[in-house]
Amino acid sequence: MDLLRFATAGSVDDGKSTLIGRLLYDTKAIFDDQLEAVERTSRLMGDDYTNLALLTDGLRAEREQGITIDVAYRYFATPRRKFIIADTPGHVQYTRNMVTGASTADLAIILVDARKGMLEQSRRHAFLVTLLRVPHIVVAVNKMDLVDYAQDRYEAIRNEFTAFATKLEIADLTVIPISALRGDNIVSRSGVMPWYEGPSLLHHLEHVHVASDRNLIDARFPVQYVLRPQLAEYPDYRGYAGTVSGGVLKVGDDVVVLPSGFETRIVAIDSASGPIEEVFPPMSVTLRLADDLDVSRGDMICRPHNAAVPSQDIDAMVCWMSDTPLVLGKQLALKHTTRTARALVKDLQYRLDVNTLHRDEDADSLRLNEVGRVQLRTTSPLFVDPYRRSRTTGGFILIDEASNNTVGAGMVVGAE
Amino acid sequence: MTDPPDYRLSHLQSLESESLHVFREVAAECERPALMFSGGKDSIVMLHLAHKAFSPARIPFPILHVDTGLNFPQVIDIRDRRADELAVRLIVASVPEAMERGLVTPEPNGSRNRIQTPVLLAAVQEHRFTALFGGARRDEEKSRAKERVFSFRDEFGQWDPKNQRPELWNLYNGRIHLGESIRVFPLSNWTELDVWHYIAAEELLVPDLYFARDREVFERDGMLYAANDMCPPRDGERTITATVRYRTMGDANLTAAVRSDADTIERIIEEIALTRLTERGATRGDDRVSEAAMEDRKREGYF
Repeated sequence: MDLLRFATAGSVDDGKSTLIGRLLYDTKAIFDDQLEAVERTSRLMGDDYTNLALLTDGLRAEREQGITIDVAYRYFATPRRKFIIADTPGHVQYTRNMVTGASTADLAIILVDARKGMLEQSRRHAFLVTLLRVPHIVVAVNKMDLVDYAQDRYEAIRNEFTAFATKLEIADLTVIPISALRGDNIVSRSGVMPWYEGPSLLHHLEHVHVASDRNLIDARFPVQYVLRPQLAEYPDYRGYAGTVSGGVLKVGDDVVVLPSGFETRIVAIDSASGPIEEVFPPMSVTLRLADDLDVSRGDMICRPHNAAVPSQDIDAMVCWMSDTPLVLGKQLALKHTTRTARALVKDLQYRLDVNTLHRDEDADSLRLNEVGRVQLRTTSPLFVDPYRRSRTTGGFILIDEASNNTVGAGMVVGAE
Repeated sequence: MTDPPDYRLSHLQSLESESLHVFREVAAECERPALMFSGGKDSIVMLHLAHKAFSPARIPFPILHVDTGLNFPQVIDIRDRRADELAVRLIVASVPEAMERGLVTPEPNGSRNRIQTPVLLAAVQEHRFTALFGGARRDEEKSRAKERVFSFRDEFGQWDPKNQRPELWNLYNGRIHLGESIRVFPLSNWTELDVWHYIAAEELLVPDLYFARDREVFERDGMLYAANDMCPPRDGERTITATVRYRTMGDANLTAAVRSDADTIERIIEEIALTRLTERGATRGDDRVSEAAMEDRKREGYF
């Protein structure tokens, strides 16, 4: 059994909570006491039906105001796969939440109401999940029951979405007609839409091929923690612990350590289950090297002929997540893999309208939930890859040094 | 847990890997971490993961137990054994001691759940801990589903659900000002079933209370409680012998048992896969108080 992480994006009335409630309920991930609590609350709120949306509203303020504030994580499993849902609200703080939820997702479900078709927000959701390079996208055309399961409605929306998608870089797009309320095409293929020949949503989630989404070519191992036990049993042990970010590393491989540029060889790899011959992302392991080098947290172990390029000039798409805008000359802390540097905002090339994809080249700031192309100069070199090549060595966060808050997310376009 | 040849990880290996990353990140970035240990299955898994994260070196932080004085003796036994085996420093913050000093008073129903918080916060202050690992999982409860892996707390240990730091990729932000702290939940993405699968795969020792045995119990508020010194039956509550087990290890006076025949880990896994009640809903008198009981406690500085 493997793991699939997916994010759901939808607007207030697209039926997202109903869809999630349906997936959890039909896969038996909802317990009776949870359902009873929801039934009780539904009655208190005067609903005459069991409002499955309440299952996903976790906080008191959310229940009182009937809105979703934050990303919520849900879990369910089928015999084939375990699933982690990042449920992102569509309205309040939408960009910040969607970007957070999409950053770790293998797949994103974008909900579209069959009656309304593609709205501005559907385009925004599609743009954000492609900005974060979620490899698989599912457009769930929901509420098909309210358009009499009409094939032409589904096809119109599919064609419109596919046309819009050509402006984005979507690797894998699947469009599924569903009714979350009635359970059509959720767990199994529905008899009411015989014209639809594709898989049910759950079947697609269970079978979508995600193993090849990882970068298994560019070996990248950011050193996270240096292990020197200095115990009688291990007097000379020196290991470099970390999570493999890319590529496959084997015992005996020649490697180079950045930033020093020293070359050495892997003599042993210790994993959580003991010594191991080869490792790949996202395994957390400890590497031991042939030579006694000065290697510390923030260094990166790569292959000699395929190493990340150290750079202090970073060109990136930045999503801003703070009430205080990003402006030229601003100084921030930047955390990339296990390395933190200080970064200066040198230039804002353009601000991108996430609804129309229009580039505003006169913009001089990024406000909360805005996205723009930013040039940063860092105090020390970072070992970055373009985000399109690697989501782990291409992504970074920006931290306000006064408040200590995480205020931005960056995706490397290039580095000099 | 052997590696498949096509460079894929099982879901348990993925979860384990993520947790190890979190442990190391905290040890690298936070000044004075400690691991909250209760003796329950989640904290047993946590301690095992901490051990793996730094092996062959020792765990580079102490373990902290807020002892309510109402723990099942077996739980304390396992706590002491594991601390000893792993040569890790154990700090016990005692609720009964704090009650004697007048720092806290138990609630009328005998619950010491809420008063753990001031005792925990006093220990954090005394030892100047800046990061505390907790075993909470997001599948346990609704407010936990929205909490970050790195959960920022102000100087009173309070959680502000509306003002959480965005958490992207595997990049965690553990920066704090003096007096503030971070609660860290390495098991965030694990479910109860994952925890049991992992205990089985790694052959971890857990208290025998988790396994179905014939025990002396009585019924109260529709739940079965074990009759013992900390939880004597009241007038009119009749003691019977039943085959029961515990799904959680809370205080002995407020943690109920469930009828079960699951006397091995394999049978527990089977049972959980089929169960229709959450572990807290089924067994914890303290979580039944209100819809938002957990959220309220977290806001006060609870885990």
